[in-house]
Amino acid sequence: MTAIHIDNLDVSYGETQITHNVSIDVEEGGSFALVGESGSGKSTVLKAIAGLAPEWRGTIEIFGKPRSHGIDPDFARTCQMVFQDPYGSLHPRKTVDATLMEPLNIQGLSDHNERIVAILKDVGLDNRFRFRYPHQLSGGQRQRVAIARALIVEPKLLLLDEPTSALDVSVQAEILNLLKRLRRERGLAYLMVTHNLPIVSFLCDRLAVMRGGRIVETADAENLKKGHLQHEYSRELLALSAPPAV
Amino acid sequence: MSAPLLAVENLKVTFPSPSGPVDVVKGLSFELGRERLGIVGESGSGKSMTGRSILGLVRAPGKVSATRLEFDGIDLLKQGEKGMRAIRGARISMVMQDPKFSLNPVMTVGEQIAEALVAHKRLPRREIAARVRAMLEAVRINDPDRVAGLYPHEISGGMGQRVMIAMMLIPEPDILIADEPTSALDVSVQAQVLDIIDALVRNKGMGLILISHDLNLVAHYCDRVLVMNAGRVVEDCAASELKNAQHPYTRGLLAAQPRLDETRDELPVIDRTTWSAA
Repeated sequence: MTAIHIDNLDVSYGETQITHNVSIDVEEGGSFALVGESGSGKSTVLKAIAGLAPEWRGTIEIFGKPRSHGIDPDFARTCQMVFQDPYGSLHPRKTVDATLMEPLNIQGLSDHNERIVAILKDVGLDNRFRFRYPHQLSGGQRQRVAIARALIVEPKLLLLDEPTSALDVSVQAEILNLLKRLRRERGLAYLMVTHNLPIVSFLCDRLAVMRGGRIVETADAENLKKGHLQHEYSRELLALSAPPAV
Repeated sequence: MSAPLLAVENLKVTFPSPSGPVDVVKGLSFELGRERLGIVGESGSGKSMTGRSILGLVRAPGKVSATRLEFDGIDLLKQGEKGMRAIRGARISMVMQDPKFSLNPVMTVGEQIAEALVAHKRLPRREIAARVRAMLEAVRINDPDRVAGLYPHEISGGMGQRVMIAMMLIPEPDILIADEPTSALDVSVQAQVLDIIDALVRNKGMGLILISHDLNLVAHYCDRVLVMNAGRVVEDCAASELKNAQHPYTRGLLAAQPRLDETRDELPVIDRTTWSAA
């Protein structure tokens, strides 16, 4: 079963059309990356799936069900999003506990206490952190909370918008390991937006290179590792991220 | 190499806190000639504070002390605000991280670049215009006359950062301090901006201090690298030798980066307990 099936997606903001004929398929339990530079429309695709960019034409199907255009609690149950900046995505006046409680209330789930304790443990935070505010946490800890918030409703698909680009290298490694482990343990599917090709190589099976709102190439991560990308622009990106000296 | 342009010995930056003063830079020493020096470290390692203390930009209640902080024979610690103003910009200048916040939103690009020049030198108006134009060309802006008339919100991030560089280099300083000059930019623009800095620094024989968290980038663009952690230099080596780094922190940082041909199932995470006590 495909987790995400997108066909000929055109997203617009007002009069401006951002993406053109974007088509991607992500297998259940698969991990797919959208790469490209700022303004290539990669985040816009995520936003359309999440219901944050309601003006689109084409097909978006999540686990076989067509996606409506707005915010949809039923959809939120299967698909959650983790944002780029953990300094901006957590409510500054809510404790970790309150942040994690919110999705449970929206989804009408029971066993709040057990679920919160379990999810915190799963993302590698111990119970001390439960009643802290975001400003009492480091960047990496915040991103763990954001991931916990997404996972607490037990979705099958996670949308990741540059989940580590605001973090230090060593913290990035921790978060990437965490994402990889959670995917293995829970059979999650990922759709990740990034401009960092080595991260794709670590975490994803397939990738699509976007430019100017269009997909210029879709390839296996294996080809990325070997440097076998076909399109001229993909090669350009590859050359830029190849570590020069070290 | 001749006598160093900048000599720093036992530099300390201290901030007060409820539990007593905290040293964010703990006794840093280095010398800079007309070369490219990279300072790498993670958030909170004190790398930016090092850059700022050289220019006397650490604000109260922060305190800077050093046994020696000398630039071209001038003792920077003894300079008053007025003395520092003559050095700042004219002889040592600094490119900040984000062009969106460091350009004046209500002045055109051309005026801002000219201001950097006029602040230190009296020049005829025609010469100012010519120098601004030449500088914009030097940072590879295609249509300098048009761009000079634009406001910062009308130009892209990459262009904004090139304008910043133009502004910092137009007084022809001896040292350029670049504090994460490209971390707000796209990968594709990053290389372009760094190449520009690199070419200008080489051509003018300036000293460059490149402050960044990106090891690869620093290794590529610098001659020498200082790796900082918790206010101390843990590694001082030639950029080409970085891959043979000795200190566990540097090795940890290098290993923690995913590679393009990644085969590891898990990335090694820095174990801070082994050496942070030292």
